[in-house]
Amino acid sequence: MSAPDTNAARVPASPNPNWTAFRTIVRREVTRIVRIWGQTLVPPAITMTLYFLIFGKLIGSKIGGMSVEGVTLSYMDFIVPGLVMMSVIMNAYGNISSSFFGAKFGRHVEELLVAPLPNWVILGGYVAGAVLRGFMVGAIVLIVAMFFTEVRVHDWFATVSTVLLGAVIFSLAGFVNAVYAKKFDDVAIIPTFILTPLTYLGGVFYSASLLPPWAEAATHANPIFYMVNGFRYGLLGVSDVPLWTAYAVMLGFVVALTWLALRLLQRGVGLRS
Amino acid sequence: MAAVPALCVTDLRKTYDNKTEALKGVSLSVQPGDFFALLGPNGAGKSTLIGIVSSLVNASSGSVSIFGVDRFANREAAMRLLGLVPQEINFNMFEKPFDILVNYAGFYGVPRAEAEARAEQQLKLAQLWEKAQVMSRTLSGGMKRRLMIARAMMTNPRLLILDEPTAGVDIEIRRGMWKLLREINAAGTTIILTTHYLEEAENLCRNLAIIDKGRIVEQGPMRALLAKLDVEGFVFDIEGTLPTALPVIDGVKLTAENDHTLVVEMPREMDLNRVFEAFQQAGITVRSMRNQVNRLEELFVRLTNKDAA
Repeated sequence: MSAPDTNAARVPASPNPNWTAFRTIVRREVTRIVRIWGQTLVPPAITMTLYFLIFGKLIGSKIGGMSVEGVTLSYMDFIVPGLVMMSVIMNAYGNISSSFFGAKFGRHVEELLVAPLPNWVILGGYVAGAVLRGFMVGAIVLIVAMFFTEVRVHDWFATVSTVLLGAVIFSLAGFVNAVYAKKFDDVAIIPTFILTPLTYLGGVFYSASLLPPWAEAATHANPIFYMVNGFRYGLLGVSDVPLWTAYAVMLGFVVALTWLALRLLQRGVGLRS
Repeated sequence: MAAVPALCVTDLRKTYDNKTEALKGVSLSVQPGDFFALLGPNGAGKSTLIGIVSSLVNASSGSVSIFGVDRFANREAAMRLLGLVPQEINFNMFEKPFDILVNYAGFYGVPRAEAEARAEQQLKLAQLWEKAQVMSRTLSGGMKRRLMIARAMMTNPRLLILDEPTAGVDIEIRRGMWKLLREINAAGTTIILTTHYLEEAENLCRNLAIIDKGRIVEQGPMRALLAKLDVEGFVFDIEGTLPTALPVIDGVKLTAENDHTLVVEMPREMDLNRVFEAFQQAGITVRSMRNQVNRLEELFVRLTNKDAA
Protein backbone atom coordinates (compact mmCIF):
# COMPACT_ATOMS: atom_id res chain seq x y z
CA MET A 1 0.00 0.00 0.00
CA SER A 2 1.41 3.36 -0.98
CA ALA A 3 1.67 6.15 1.55
CA PRO A 4 -1.07 8.81 1.48
CA ASP A 5 -0.29 11.72 -0.80
CA THR A 6 0.28 14.53 1.67
CA ASN A 7 0.54 17.14 -1.05
CA ALA A 8 -3.19 16.92 -0.93
CA ALA A 9 -5.82 19.60 -1.37
CA ARG A 10 -5.41 22.38 -3.89
CA VAL A 11 -8.22 24.35 -2.23
CA PRO A 12 -7.01 27.70 -0.95
CA ALA A 13 -8.88 27.33 2.36
CA SER A 14 -9.03 30.06 4.99
CA PRO A 15 -7.24 29.53 8.34
CA ASN A 16 -10.58 28.47 9.82
CA PRO A 17 -12.52 26.76 7.01
CA ASN A 18 -15.37 25.62 9.27
CA TRP A 19 -16.04 29.20 10.35
CA THR A 20 -16.00 30.33 6.70
CA ALA A 21 -18.44 27.53 5.81
CA PHE A 22 -20.70 28.41 8.76
CA ARG A 23 -20.82 32.06 7.72
CA THR A 24 -21.56 31.03 4.13
CA ILE A 25 -24.58 28.96 5.18
CA VAL A 26 -25.87 31.75 7.43
CA ARG A 27 -25.37 34.37 4.73
CA ARG A 28 -27.24 32.20 2.22
CA GLU A 29 -30.10 31.73 4.67
CA VAL A 30 -30.36 35.44 5.49
CA THR A 31 -30.21 36.32 1.78
CA ARG A 32 -33.11 33.95 1.22
CA ILE A 33 -35.13 35.46 4.07
CA VAL A 34 -34.61 38.98 2.77
CA ARG A 35 -35.16 37.98 -0.89
CA ILE A 36 -38.61 36.56 -0.13
CA TRP A 37 -39.47 39.15 2.54
CA GLY A 38 -43.10 39.14 1.40
CA GLN A 39 -43.36 35.53 2.61
CA THR A 40 -41.03 35.70 5.59
CA LEU A 41 -41.31 39.09 7.30
CA VAL A 42 -44.61 40.69 6.28
CA PRO A 43 -47.17 37.97 7.13
CA PRO A 44 -46.28 37.80 10.86
CA ALA A 45 -46.54 41.59 11.09
CA ILE A 46 -50.04 41.52 9.60
CA THR A 47 -51.19 38.53 11.65
CA MET A 48 -49.92 39.98 14.91
CA THR A 49 -51.43 43.40 14.17
CA LEU A 50 -54.80 41.60 13.91
CA TYR A 51 -54.15 39.71 17.16
CA PHE A 52 -53.32 42.94 18.98
CA LEU A 53 -56.35 44.66 17.49
CA ILE A 54 -58.92 41.90 18.05
CA PHE A 55 -57.68 40.16 21.19
CA GLY A 56 -55.79 43.01 22.82
CA LYS A 57 -58.01 45.99 22.00
CA LEU A 58 -61.53 44.73 21.31
CA ILE A 59 -61.83 41.57 23.43
CA GLY A 60 -59.16 42.64 25.94
CA SER A 61 -61.13 45.76 26.87
CA LYS A 62 -64.07 43.51 27.92
CA ILE A 63 -61.82 41.06 29.83
CA GLY A 64 -60.09 43.69 31.94
CA GLY A 65 -56.87 42.71 33.74
CA MET A 66 -54.94 39.44 34.01
CA SER A 67 -53.38 38.55 37.35
CA VAL A 68 -49.98 36.86 37.55
CA GLU A 69 -48.07 36.40 40.82
CA GLY A 70 -50.50 38.86 42.45
CA VAL A 71 -49.76 41.55 39.86
CA THR A 72 -52.66 42.65 37.66
CA LEU A 73 -51.70 43.49 34.10
CA SER A 74 -53.81 44.94 31.30
CA TYR A 75 -54.78 42.17 28.89
CA MET A 76 -52.86 43.87 26.09
CA ASP A 77 -49.68 43.97 28.21
CA PHE A 78 -50.23 40.34 29.18
CA ILE A 79 -50.47 38.97 25.63
CA VAL A 80 -47.57 40.95 24.10
CA PRO A 81 -44.79 38.59 25.33
CA GLY A 82 -46.73 35.50 24.29
CA LEU A 83 -47.47 36.82 20.82
CA VAL A 84 -43.85 37.87 20.29
CA MET A 85 -42.60 34.46 21.42
CA MET A 86 -45.25 32.72 19.29
CA SER A 87 -44.02 34.62 16.22
CA VAL A 88 -40.40 33.84 16.99
CA ILE A 89 -40.83 30.11 17.40
CA MET A 90 -43.28 29.71 14.50
CA ASN A 91 -40.95 31.56 12.14
CA ALA A 92 -37.77 29.87 13.33
CA TYR A 93 -39.45 26.50 12.85
CA GLY A 94 -40.97 27.42 9.49
CA ASN A 95 -37.71 28.87 8.19
CA ILE A 96 -35.52 25.87 8.81
CA SER A 97 -38.09 23.23 7.90
CA SER A 98 -38.94 24.83 4.56
CA SER A 99 -35.38 25.85 3.72
CA PHE A 100 -33.73 22.53 4.55
CA PHE A 101 -36.52 20.46 3.04
CA GLY A 102 -36.39 22.71 -0.04
CA ALA A 103 -32.66 21.99 -0.27
CA LYS A 104 -33.40 18.26 -0.05
CA PHE A 105 -36.20 18.49 -2.59
CA GLY A 106 -34.10 20.57 -5.01
CA ARG A 107 -31.10 18.32 -4.26
CA HIS A 108 -28.80 21.28 -3.56
CA VAL A 109 -28.33 19.89 -0.07
CA GLU A 110 -25.83 17.64 -1.89
CA GLU A 111 -23.55 20.69 -2.14
CA LEU A 112 -23.23 20.48 1.63
CA LEU A 113 -23.10 16.71 1.85
CA VAL A 114 -20.13 16.38 -0.51
CA ALA A 115 -18.28 19.32 1.04
CA PRO A 116 -15.61 18.72 3.69
CA LEU A 117 -17.93 19.96 6.41
CA PRO A 118 -18.50 18.47 9.86
CA ASN A 119 -22.19 17.92 10.57
CA TRP A 120 -22.26 20.49 13.35
CA VAL A 121 -21.39 23.23 10.86
CA ILE A 122 -24.35 22.30 8.64
CA LEU A 123 -26.69 22.15 11.62
CA GLY A 124 -25.26 25.31 13.20
CA GLY A 125 -25.53 27.28 9.97
CA TYR A 126 -29.15 26.38 9.38
CA VAL A 127 -30.10 26.94 13.04
CA ALA A 128 -28.37 30.32 13.08
CA GLY A 129 -30.27 31.35 9.94
CA ALA A 130 -33.58 30.31 11.49
CA VAL A 131 -32.79 32.04 14.79
CA LEU A 132 -31.98 35.24 12.91
CA ARG A 133 -35.35 35.08 11.17
CA GLY A 134 -36.97 34.53 14.57
CA PHE A 135 -35.20 37.63 15.91
CA MET A 136 -36.14 39.70 12.84
CA VAL A 137 -39.80 38.74 13.15
CA GLY A 138 -39.73 39.18 16.93
CA ALA A 139 -38.37 42.70 16.51
CA ILE A 140 -41.05 43.52 13.93
CA VAL A 141 -43.82 42.23 16.21
CA LEU A 142 -42.42 44.18 19.15
CA ILE A 143 -42.45 47.34 17.03
CA VAL A 144 -46.08 46.62 16.06
CA ALA A 145 -46.89 46.09 19.76
CA MET A 146 -45.54 49.57 20.51
CA PHE A 147 -48.48 51.02 18.54
CA PHE A 148 -50.88 49.38 21.00
CA THR A 149 -49.13 49.59 24.37
CA GLU A 150 -46.00 50.76 26.09
CA VAL A 151 -43.37 48.02 25.77
CA ARG A 152 -40.95 47.89 28.70
CA VAL A 153 -38.04 45.54 29.35
CA HIS A 154 -37.79 44.39 32.95
CA ASP A 155 -34.73 42.12 32.51
CA TRP A 156 -32.66 42.33 29.32
CA PHE A 157 -30.79 39.09 29.95
CA ALA A 158 -33.97 37.08 30.50
CA THR A 159 -35.63 38.74 27.50
CA VAL A 160 -32.85 38.02 25.02
CA SER A 161 -31.87 34.61 26.39
CA THR A 162 -35.42 33.20 26.42
CA VAL A 163 -36.03 34.36 22.83
CA LEU A 164 -32.69 32.86 21.83
CA LEU A 165 -33.39 29.53 23.53
CA GLY A 166 -36.96 29.38 22.20
CA ALA A 167 -35.77 30.08 18.67
CA VAL A 168 -32.96 27.53 18.93
CA ILE A 169 -35.31 24.82 20.25
CA PHE A 170 -37.81 25.26 17.44
CA SER A 171 -35.09 25.61 14.82
CA LEU A 172 -33.74 22.25 15.91
CA ALA A 173 -37.23 20.75 15.91
CA GLY A 174 -37.84 22.16 12.42
CA PHE A 175 -34.56 20.68 11.24
CA VAL A 176 -35.52 17.23 12.52
CA ASN A 177 -38.90 17.60 10.80
CA ALA A 178 -37.20 18.52 7.51
CA VAL A 179 -34.79 15.59 7.75
CA TYR A 180 -37.65 13.12 8.08
CA ALA A 181 -39.97 14.87 5.58
CA LYS A 182 -40.42 13.16 2.23
CA LYS A 183 -42.92 15.62 0.74
CA PHE A 184 -44.01 19.20 1.38
CA ASP A 185 -47.10 17.97 3.27
CA ASP A 186 -44.81 16.40 5.86
CA VAL A 187 -43.34 19.83 6.58
CA ALA A 188 -46.81 21.38 7.05
CA ILE A 189 -48.31 18.66 9.27
CA ILE A 190 -46.24 19.31 12.41
CA PRO A 191 -46.90 23.09 12.58
CA THR A 192 -50.62 22.57 11.91
CA PHE A 193 -51.37 19.67 14.21
CA ILE A 194 -48.73 20.00 16.94
CA LEU A 195 -47.05 23.40 17.00
CA THR A 196 -50.15 25.58 16.72
CA PRO A 197 -52.16 23.75 19.44
CA LEU A 198 -49.13 23.76 21.76
CA THR A 199 -48.68 27.48 21.18
CA TYR A 200 -52.32 28.36 21.84
CA LEU A 201 -52.34 26.16 24.94
CA GLY A 202 -48.99 27.47 26.16
CA GLY A 203 -50.21 30.43 28.17
CA VAL A 204 -50.06 33.03 25.43
CA PHE A 205 -53.61 34.25 25.98
CA TYR A 206 -54.25 33.30 29.62
CA SER A 207 -52.50 32.66 32.89
CA ALA A 208 -52.21 28.99 33.80
CA SER A 209 -53.49 29.87 37.26
CA LEU A 210 -56.94 30.43 35.73
CA LEU A 211 -57.17 26.79 34.64
CA PRO A 212 -58.64 23.88 36.61
CA PRO A 213 -55.91 21.86 38.38
CA TRP A 214 -55.73 19.06 35.78
CA ALA A 215 -55.43 21.52 32.91
CA GLU A 216 -52.82 23.55 34.77
CA ALA A 217 -50.81 20.38 35.34
CA ALA A 218 -51.11 19.48 31.65
CA THR A 219 -49.92 22.95 30.69
CA HIS A 220 -46.71 22.32 32.61
CA ALA A 221 -45.92 19.51 30.16
CA ASN A 222 -45.97 22.01 27.29
CA PRO A 223 -42.47 23.34 26.49
CA ILE A 224 -43.88 26.52 24.95
CA PHE A 225 -45.40 27.41 28.32
CA TYR A 226 -41.88 27.81 29.75
CA MET A 227 -40.66 29.89 26.84
CA VAL A 228 -43.63 32.23 26.99
CA ASN A 229 -43.33 32.66 30.73
CA GLY A 230 -39.57 33.12 30.63
CA PHE A 231 -40.00 35.86 28.05
CA ARG A 232 -42.93 37.35 29.98
CA TYR A 233 -40.66 37.60 32.99
CA GLY A 234 -38.06 39.37 30.84
CA LEU A 235 -40.53 42.00 29.68
CA LEU A 236 -42.94 42.32 32.61
CA GLY A 237 -41.14 40.79 35.61
CA VAL A 238 -43.91 38.22 36.25
CA SER A 239 -44.17 34.55 35.34
CA ASP A 240 -46.40 31.54 36.04
CA VAL A 241 -43.27 29.40 36.64
CA PRO A 242 -39.95 30.01 38.43
CA LEU A 243 -37.37 31.34 36.00
CA TRP A 244 -34.83 28.61 36.75
CA THR A 245 -37.42 25.97 35.85
CA ALA A 246 -38.02 27.66 32.52
CA TYR A 247 -34.27 27.74 31.78
CA ALA A 248 -33.79 24.12 32.87
CA VAL A 249 -36.60 22.91 30.58
CA MET A 250 -35.37 24.97 27.63
CA LEU A 251 -31.74 23.93 28.01
CA GLY A 252 -32.86 20.31 28.31
CA PHE A 253 -34.70 20.58 25.01
CA VAL A 254 -31.70 22.26 23.34
CA VAL A 255 -29.37 19.44 24.41
CA ALA A 256 -31.78 16.64 23.48
CA LEU A 257 -32.72 18.07 20.07
CA THR A 258 -29.10 18.94 19.20
CA TRP A 259 -28.08 15.35 19.96
CA LEU A 260 -30.96 14.00 17.86
CA ALA A 261 -30.28 16.30 14.88
CA LEU A 262 -26.55 15.51 14.85
CA ARG A 263 -27.26 11.80 15.14
CA LEU A 264 -29.62 11.98 12.16
CA LEU A 265 -27.00 13.83 10.12
CA GLN A 266 -24.32 11.35 11.09
CA ARG A 267 -26.47 8.41 10.05
CA GLY A 268 -27.59 10.26 6.92
CA VAL A 269 -31.27 9.64 7.65
CA GLY A 270 -33.31 11.05 4.78
CA LEU A 271 -30.13 12.40 3.19
CA ARG A 272 -27.77 9.58 2.32
CA SER A 273 -29.10 6.28 1.02
CA MET B 1 7.85 4.10 -5.70
CA ALA B 2 4.44 3.62 -7.30
CA ALA B 3 2.28 6.71 -7.64
CA VAL B 4 -0.59 6.93 -5.19
CA PRO B 5 -3.77 6.16 -7.15
CA ALA B 6 -6.14 9.06 -7.61
CA LEU B 7 -8.93 6.65 -6.69
CA CYS B 8 -8.57 3.22 -5.18
CA VAL B 9 -11.73 1.20 -4.55
CA THR B 10 -11.41 -2.23 -2.96
CA ASP B 11 -14.13 -4.85 -2.65
CA LEU B 12 -16.85 -2.23 -2.37
CA ARG B 13 -20.32 -3.54 -1.64
CA LYS B 14 -23.65 -1.84 -1.27
CA THR B 15 -26.99 -3.35 -0.40
CA TYR B 16 -29.88 -0.90 -0.14
CA ASP B 17 -32.61 -1.14 2.51
CA ASN B 18 -34.91 -2.77 -0.05
CA LYS B 19 -32.29 -5.57 -0.35
CA THR B 20 -31.15 -4.47 -3.81
CA GLU B 21 -27.50 -5.43 -4.15
CA ALA B 22 -26.15 -2.53 -6.19
CA LEU B 23 -22.42 -3.28 -5.82
CA LYS B 24 -21.09 -6.81 -5.39
CA GLY B 25 -17.43 -6.33 -4.56
CA VAL B 26 -16.17 -3.64 -6.92
CA SER B 27 -12.43 -3.01 -7.08
CA LEU B 28 -11.04 -0.22 -9.19
CA SER B 29 -7.88 1.83 -9.48
CA VAL B 30 -7.50 5.12 -11.34
CA GLN B 31 -4.06 6.62 -11.80
CA PRO B 32 -3.27 10.31 -11.27
CA GLY B 33 -3.74 12.41 -14.41
CA ASP B 34 -5.88 9.78 -16.10
CA PHE B 35 -9.02 10.44 -18.11
CA PHE B 36 -10.99 7.38 -17.10
CA ALA B 37 -14.33 6.12 -18.39
CA LEU B 38 -16.71 4.24 -16.14
CA LEU B 39 -19.28 2.62 -18.36
CA GLY B 40 -22.26 0.42 -17.76
CA PRO B 41 -25.92 0.03 -18.65
CA ASN B 42 -28.67 1.68 -16.60
CA GLY B 43 -28.84 0.18 -13.12
CA ALA B 44 -25.35 -1.32 -13.37
CA GLY B 45 -24.16 0.45 -10.21
CA LYS B 46 -22.27 3.44 -11.65
CA SER B 47 -24.17 6.10 -9.73
CA THR B 48 -24.05 4.07 -6.52
CA LEU B 49 -20.27 3.76 -6.88
CA ILE B 50 -19.93 7.50 -7.52
CA GLY B 51 -22.32 8.22 -4.65
CA ILE B 52 -20.18 6.23 -2.22
CA VAL B 53 -16.95 7.85 -3.42
CA SER B 54 -18.47 11.32 -3.03
CA SER B 55 -20.10 10.45 0.34
CA LEU B 56 -23.68 10.78 -0.87
CA VAL B 57 -24.32 7.06 -0.36
CA ASN B 58 -23.30 4.92 2.62
CA ALA B 59 -21.29 1.81 1.74
CA SER B 60 -22.13 -1.60 3.17
CA SER B 61 -18.47 -2.70 3.17
CA GLY B 62 -15.19 -2.21 1.36
CA SER B 63 -12.74 0.66 1.18
CA VAL B 64 -12.29 3.82 -0.85
CA SER B 65 -9.29 6.13 -0.87
CA ILE B 66 -8.73 9.32 -2.82
CA PHE B 67 -5.05 10.10 -3.40
CA GLY B 68 -4.32 7.76 -0.50
CA VAL B 69 -6.75 9.45 1.90
CA ASP B 70 -9.27 7.02 3.37
CA ARG B 71 -12.71 8.30 2.42
CA PHE B 72 -14.40 6.61 5.40
CA ALA B 73 -11.83 7.29 8.14
CA ASN B 74 -10.96 10.80 6.98
CA ARG B 75 -13.98 11.99 5.01
CA GLU B 76 -13.28 15.71 5.23
CA ALA B 77 -9.70 15.47 3.96
CA ALA B 78 -10.79 13.12 1.16
CA MET B 79 -13.63 15.40 0.09
CA ARG B 80 -11.23 18.35 -0.25
CA LEU B 81 -9.59 16.47 -3.14
CA LEU B 82 -12.80 15.67 -4.98
CA GLY B 83 -15.08 17.57 -7.32
CA LEU B 84 -18.40 16.08 -8.38
CA VAL B 85 -20.62 16.87 -11.35
CA PRO B 86 -23.71 14.76 -10.70
CA GLN B 87 -26.16 13.39 -13.21
CA GLU B 88 -29.10 15.46 -11.97
CA ILE B 89 -29.08 19.24 -11.76
CA ASN B 90 -28.47 19.93 -8.07
CA PHE B 91 -27.96 23.63 -7.60
CA ASN B 92 -30.50 26.06 -6.22
CA MET B 93 -32.54 27.23 -9.19
CA PHE B 94 -33.45 30.41 -7.31
CA GLU B 95 -29.86 31.55 -6.93
CA LYS B 96 -27.66 33.31 -9.45
CA PRO B 97 -24.75 31.38 -11.01
CA PHE B 98 -22.24 33.73 -9.40
CA ASP B 99 -23.74 33.18 -5.94
CA ILE B 100 -23.93 29.41 -6.48
CA LEU B 101 -20.21 29.27 -7.18
CA VAL B 102 -19.19 31.63 -4.38
CA ASN B 103 -21.32 29.78 -1.81
CA TYR B 104 -20.01 26.41 -2.96
CA ALA B 105 -16.43 27.57 -2.45
CA GLY B 106 -17.46 28.93 0.93
CA PHE B 107 -18.61 25.47 1.99
CA TYR B 108 -15.03 24.33 1.33
CA GLY B 109 -13.68 27.15 3.47
CA VAL B 110 -12.49 29.35 0.62
CA PRO B 111 -12.48 32.99 1.79
CA ARG B 112 -15.15 35.11 0.11
CA ALA B 113 -12.82 37.48 -1.77
CA GLU B 114 -10.89 34.52 -3.18
CA ALA B 115 -14.16 32.73 -3.99
CA GLU B 116 -15.48 35.74 -5.92
CA ALA B 117 -12.30 35.97 -7.99
CA ARG B 118 -12.43 32.25 -8.75
CA ALA B 119 -16.14 32.43 -9.61
CA GLU B 120 -15.44 35.07 -12.24
CA GLN B 121 -12.59 32.99 -13.64
CA GLN B 122 -14.62 29.77 -13.77
CA LEU B 123 -17.73 31.41 -15.23
CA LYS B 124 -15.60 32.93 -17.98
CA LEU B 125 -13.97 29.58 -18.71
CA ALA B 126 -17.41 27.98 -18.93
CA GLN B 127 -18.60 30.87 -21.14
CA LEU B 128 -21.25 31.79 -18.59
CA TRP B 129 -19.95 35.13 -17.38
CA GLU B 130 -22.72 37.02 -19.17
CA LYS B 131 -25.25 34.91 -17.26
CA ALA B 132 -23.56 35.37 -13.89
CA GLN B 133 -26.34 37.49 -12.42
CA VAL B 134 -29.46 35.88 -13.89
CA MET B 135 -31.61 33.37 -12.02
CA SER B 136 -30.08 29.98 -12.73
CA ARG B 137 -33.47 28.44 -13.54
CA THR B 138 -33.51 30.55 -16.71
CA LEU B 139 -30.32 28.92 -18.06
CA SER B 140 -30.55 26.44 -20.92
CA GLY B 141 -29.83 22.74 -20.34
CA GLY B 142 -26.29 23.02 -21.69
CA MET B 143 -25.58 26.10 -19.58
CA LYS B 144 -26.78 24.31 -16.45
CA ARG B 145 -24.40 21.44 -17.20
CA ARG B 146 -21.51 23.84 -17.73
CA LEU B 147 -22.42 25.64 -14.53
CA MET B 148 -22.11 22.39 -12.61
CA ILE B 149 -18.65 21.79 -14.08
CA ALA B 150 -17.64 25.35 -13.20
CA ARG B 151 -18.96 24.81 -9.67
CA ALA B 152 -16.96 21.62 -9.23
CA MET B 153 -13.82 23.39 -10.47
CA MET B 154 -14.22 26.19 -7.90
CA THR B 155 -12.20 24.17 -5.40
CA ASN B 156 -9.60 23.12 -7.95
CA PRO B 157 -10.13 19.40 -7.23
CA ARG B 158 -7.43 16.85 -7.93
CA LEU B 159 -10.06 14.28 -8.88
CA LEU B 160 -13.11 15.31 -10.87
CA ILE B 161 -15.99 12.86 -11.29
CA LEU B 162 -18.58 13.58 -13.95
CA ASP B 163 -21.73 11.49 -14.01
CA GLU B 164 -23.17 11.77 -17.52
CA PRO B 165 -22.26 15.44 -17.90
CA THR B 166 -23.40 15.68 -21.52
CA ALA B 167 -26.73 13.90 -21.18
CA GLY B 168 -29.41 15.64 -23.19
CA VAL B 169 -27.26 18.39 -24.67
CA ASP B 170 -26.82 18.93 -28.39
CA ILE B 171 -23.67 17.89 -30.23
CA GLU B 172 -22.27 21.42 -30.53
CA ILE B 173 -22.46 22.01 -26.79
CA ARG B 174 -21.20 18.49 -26.17
CA ARG B 175 -18.10 19.14 -28.26
CA GLY B 176 -17.57 22.41 -26.39
CA MET B 177 -17.74 20.49 -23.13
CA TRP B 178 -15.26 17.89 -24.43
CA LYS B 179 -12.83 20.71 -25.14
CA LEU B 180 -13.32 22.08 -21.64
CA LEU B 181 -12.81 18.67 -20.06
CA ARG B 182 -9.67 18.01 -22.11
CA GLU B 183 -8.26 21.34 -20.90
CA ILE B 184 -9.10 20.48 -17.28
CA ASN B 185 -7.42 17.10 -17.65
CA ALA B 186 -4.39 18.60 -19.41
CA ALA B 187 -4.01 20.99 -16.49
CA GLY B 188 -3.45 17.98 -14.20
CA THR B 189 -6.88 17.05 -12.89
CA THR B 190 -7.71 13.36 -12.94
CA ILE B 191 -11.12 12.83 -14.50
CA ILE B 192 -13.56 9.95 -14.16
CA LEU B 193 -16.40 10.11 -16.64
CA THR B 194 -19.56 8.11 -16.93
CA THR B 195 -21.51 8.49 -20.11
CA HIS B 196 -23.99 6.73 -22.32
CA TYR B 197 -22.35 8.24 -25.40
CA LEU B 198 -19.69 5.63 -26.02
CA GLU B 199 -18.00 7.60 -28.78
CA GLU B 200 -17.53 10.29 -26.12
CA ALA B 201 -15.66 7.85 -23.90
CA GLU B 202 -13.65 6.57 -26.86
CA ASN B 203 -12.69 10.10 -27.87
CA LEU B 204 -11.82 11.40 -24.42
CA CYS B 205 -10.65 8.58 -22.20
CA ARG B 206 -7.40 6.63 -22.00
CA ASN B 207 -8.57 3.91 -19.62
CA LEU B 208 -11.94 2.45 -18.84
CA ALA B 209 -13.87 0.07 -16.66
CA ILE B 210 -17.15 -1.51 -17.56
CA ILE B 211 -19.51 -2.27 -14.73
CA ASP B 212 -22.51 -4.53 -15.07
CA LYS B 213 -24.91 -5.83 -12.44
CA GLY B 214 -22.74 -4.47 -9.65
CA ARG B 215 -19.47 -6.02 -10.87
CA ILE B 216 -16.54 -4.75 -12.91
CA VAL B 217 -16.56 -6.94 -16.03
CA GLU B 218 -13.63 -5.32 -17.81
CA GLN B 219 -10.95 -2.83 -16.91
CA GLY B 220 -7.83 -1.55 -18.64
CA PRO B 221 -6.44 0.77 -21.30
CA MET B 222 -8.95 1.78 -23.96
CA ARG B 223 -6.70 0.72 -26.86
CA ALA B 224 -5.96 -2.70 -25.38
CA LEU B 225 -9.63 -3.37 -24.77
CA LEU B 226 -10.66 -2.25 -28.23
CA ALA B 227 -7.93 -4.40 -29.74
CA LYS B 228 -9.69 -7.42 -28.25
CA LEU B 229 -12.45 -6.88 -30.74
CA ASP B 230 -12.15 -9.18 -33.70
CA VAL B 231 -14.40 -6.98 -35.81
CA GLU B 232 -13.49 -3.61 -37.23
CA GLY B 233 -15.85 -1.06 -38.73
CA PHE B 234 -15.37 1.46 -41.55
CA VAL B 235 -17.66 4.10 -42.98
CA PHE B 236 -17.37 4.71 -46.76
CA ASP B 237 -18.63 7.87 -48.51
CA ILE B 238 -19.61 6.86 -52.03
CA GLU B 239 -19.42 8.91 -55.23
CA GLY B 240 -22.97 9.16 -56.62
CA THR B 241 -25.59 6.79 -55.28
CA LEU B 242 -25.27 3.21 -54.14
CA PRO B 243 -26.55 0.39 -56.40
CA THR B 244 -29.77 -1.29 -55.30
CA ALA B 245 -28.00 -4.63 -54.85
CA LEU B 246 -24.94 -4.35 -52.65
CA PRO B 247 -21.98 -6.63 -53.37
CA VAL B 248 -21.71 -9.80 -51.30
CA ILE B 249 -18.34 -10.41 -49.60
CA ASP B 250 -17.74 -13.48 -47.45
CA GLY B 251 -17.51 -12.63 -43.74
CA VAL B 252 -18.28 -8.94 -44.31
CA LYS B 253 -21.43 -7.14 -43.29
CA LEU B 254 -22.45 -4.22 -45.51
CA THR B 255 -25.10 -1.76 -44.39
CA ALA B 256 -26.31 1.18 -46.47
CA GLU B 257 -26.77 4.04 -44.03
CA ASN B 258 -28.22 6.20 -46.83
CA ASP B 259 -27.88 6.56 -50.64
CA HIS B 260 -24.18 7.46 -50.47
CA THR B 261 -22.90 6.07 -47.15
CA LEU B 262 -21.93 2.46 -46.62
CA VAL B 263 -20.96 0.91 -43.29
CA VAL B 264 -18.64 -2.08 -43.52
CA GLU B 265 -17.96 -4.45 -40.61
CA MET B 266 -15.21 -6.95 -41.31
CA PRO B 267 -12.87 -9.32 -39.44
CA ARG B 268 -9.75 -7.55 -38.18
CA GLU B 269 -7.42 -9.97 -39.96
CA MET B 270 -9.13 -9.54 -43.34
CA ASP B 271 -7.38 -7.60 -46.11
CA LEU B 272 -9.19 -4.35 -46.88
CA ASN B 273 -8.22 -4.69 -50.55
CA ARG B 274 -10.82 -7.45 -50.90
CA VAL B 275 -13.49 -4.92 -50.05
CA PHE B 276 -12.14 -2.37 -52.55
CA GLU B 277 -12.03 -5.03 -55.27
CA ALA B 278 -15.64 -5.98 -54.60
CA PHE B 279 -16.64 -2.32 -54.71
CA GLN B 280 -14.85 -1.85 -58.03
CA GLN B 281 -16.64 -4.85 -59.54
CA ALA B 282 -19.98 -3.48 -58.34
CA GLY B 283 -19.23 -0.05 -59.83
CA ILE B 284 -18.96 1.65 -56.45
CA THR B 285 -16.49 4.53 -56.32
CA VAL B 286 -15.22 5.45 -52.88
CA ARG B 287 -14.86 9.18 -52.25
CA SER B 288 -13.57 8.88 -48.67
CA MET B 289 -13.48 6.47 -45.76
CA ARG B 290 -13.05 6.64 -42.00
CA ASN B 291 -12.97 4.33 -38.98
CA GLN B 292 -16.30 3.70 -37.41
CA VAL B 293 -16.08 5.41 -34.00
CA ASN B 294 -18.48 3.17 -32.16
CA ARG B 295 -16.07 0.27 -31.65
CA LEU B 296 -16.48 0.80 -27.95
CA GLU B 297 -20.20 0.32 -28.32
CA GLU B 298 -19.51 -3.08 -29.82
CA LEU B 299 -17.27 -4.02 -26.90
CA PHE B 300 -19.78 -2.66 -24.41
CA VAL B 301 -22.67 -4.61 -25.87
CA ARG B 302 -20.64 -7.81 -25.93
CA LEU B 303 -19.49 -7.50 -22.34
CA THR B 304 -22.79 -6.45 -20.84
CA ASN B 305 -24.85 -8.96 -22.82
CA LYS B 306 -22.79 -12.01 -21.92
CA ASP B 307 -25.44 -13.37 -19.60
CA ALA B 308 -28.24 -12.75 -22.04
CA ALA B 309 -26.38 -14.35 -24.92
